[in-house]
Amino acid sequence: MTSPILKVTALTAGYGSSSIIHNIDLVVEEKGVVVIVGPNGAGKSTLLKSIFGLTNYFSGDITYQNSSLLGISTSSLVPMGISAVPQNNNVFPSLTVAENLDVGTYASAPKNYEQTLSLVLELFPDLNDKLSQLAGELSGGQRQMVAIGRALMSDPRLLLLDEPTAGLSPAYLEKIFDLILQIRDSGISILLVEQNAKQALRIADMGYVLVNGKNGFTDTGTNLLNNDEVRRAFLGGGAPK
Amino acid sequence: MMDFINYYFVPGLTLGSIYALGAVGISMIFGILRFAHFAHGDLMTVGAYAALTAVWTLGIPALAAIPIGIVFTCAVALFTDRFFYKPLRDLPTIYTVIASFGVALILRSLIQLVWGTESQVYETGFQKPIILFDVLRIATRHIQIIAATFVIAILLHLFLTYTRTGKSMRAVADDPALASISGLDPEKTVRWTWIIGASLAAIAGIFVGLDTDVHTNLGWNMLLPMFAAALLGGIGRPLGAIAGGLIIGMAEEICTYPIFGNKLIPFFEEELLEFFGEELISPSYKSAVAFVMMVGLLLFRPQGLFKGRVL
Repeated sequence: MTSPILKVTALTAGYGSSSIIHNIDLVVEEKGVVVIVGPNGAGKSTLLKSIFGLTNYFSGDITYQNSSLLGISTSSLVPMGISAVPQNNNVFPSLTVAENLDVGTYASAPKNYEQTLSLVLELFPDLNDKLSQLAGELSGGQRQMVAIGRALMSDPRLLLLDEPTAGLSPAYLEKIFDLILQIRDSGISILLVEQNAKQALRIADMGYVLVNGKNGFTDTGTNLLNNDEVRRAFLGGGAPK
Repeated sequence: MMDFINYYFVPGLTLGSIYALGAVGISMIFGILRFAHFAHGDLMTVGAYAALTAVWTLGIPALAAIPIGIVFTCAVALFTDRFFYKPLRDLPTIYTVIASFGVALILRSLIQLVWGTESQVYETGFQKPIILFDVLRIATRHIQIIAATFVIAILLHLFLTYTRTGKSMRAVADDPALASISGLDPEKTVRWTWIIGASLAAIAGIFVGLDTDVHTNLGWNMLLPMFAAALLGGIGRPLGAIAGGLIIGMAEEICTYPIFGNKLIPFFEEELLEFFGEELISPSYKSAVAFVMMVGLLLFRPQGLFKGRVL
């Protein structure tokens, strides 16, 4: 671990004039996996959207590589090295898979297009024979792969993932968590919002449990999994597996 | 049969080509900016008059004046977007739709102030049609309009499929929020949408002037069939809009064909002739065809023929 790539400090943000998250602190270290978990309505997705400039800020700050992101337009973040994969509607349905991946390079071209594309296709070999298929015709799991692939095509330094396993079969679920570790190993920092809290915390360097829009528990993934209170309240009880 | 081709099919294809060029802009603006642009017909009129000025002042033929018409119309479109539509972008789209009505009235009034209300023509005199195989009579201007539309459709397809800007435009039309998250600059896409929409509108306006005459209601009168064409092709599907335009134009012309007076129907001809009259539909109802098709589409297939966005 080195210096933090992303730092959220005492952030209060929301939609319109109402705040959803209050006084949130969060740190993503360089090449780390940080997981945000918590019950429905805890403000997990709002926090991710705030980092991507899609909410209204009321107080606090978000810094990326020591410069503030407040007031920076959403479309300017990709050239800065931040890519995001939303939970829903995360592919362009009338574009082919190849075109979806291509769009990822428009705002920030990778140093070597062919090399990045082959890396992405190595991570997602299922996409190899679907490149000319319309993304709208793919299954949920395949769409998720296209969406993550599109985000990786811009050669990001920080990847934000909003519930990438939502609605996926258990087979895909394991695959996605494996992929996240592979992406981390390639040098990309990851901030992950997840409903499948147990599995997500297992791969997390740091975990944040949000409760009612506030920081509830913050610790390493393993410690949170072993924390009785966290287990009882947020992980469905039982001993950690 | 040759009468059908000479006097119904070819003029239908010509009218359809003009509708097609206008409908592309309407469809793209709806797909990307999410509003029905009611000033699009008047952008056509702007293009037609800009070319008319070039014909008058430079003494060039109307076809050579197309680039001047395009540049002027694009400037007008970008200006209206900047000062009338952009400030309303974050409000519900009905504000922009109503603003576009206002822009339509402003443009038409300005045209009447600058160029007057009299109808004008690019060229005077009788143009001899080209006669092929002794029976096929096609006016040169019809060949020019149909051929140009065909070439534009191919170029548009290549642009949208293979260029970065074209793919970005399709991405924004699919999902503007995801396009922003993917780093695409929405304003750049909006600019290109106006440039392409206004260019094709200018060409369509000049073609109307070539085919008939240049008058201040030229584009406004075509708005309904052009909207019907955009709907038929599927909103946000520019190539669908071209197909939609051709279908609406052909339907308008062909429905007036005196089908029952031409000995084409082997049985009950006398009875049908007595019942319907010579034409299937009287030419005075021609403009209702687009309206009927539009209502039918909205009721039974709102996504259009090519699965566009449902209104």
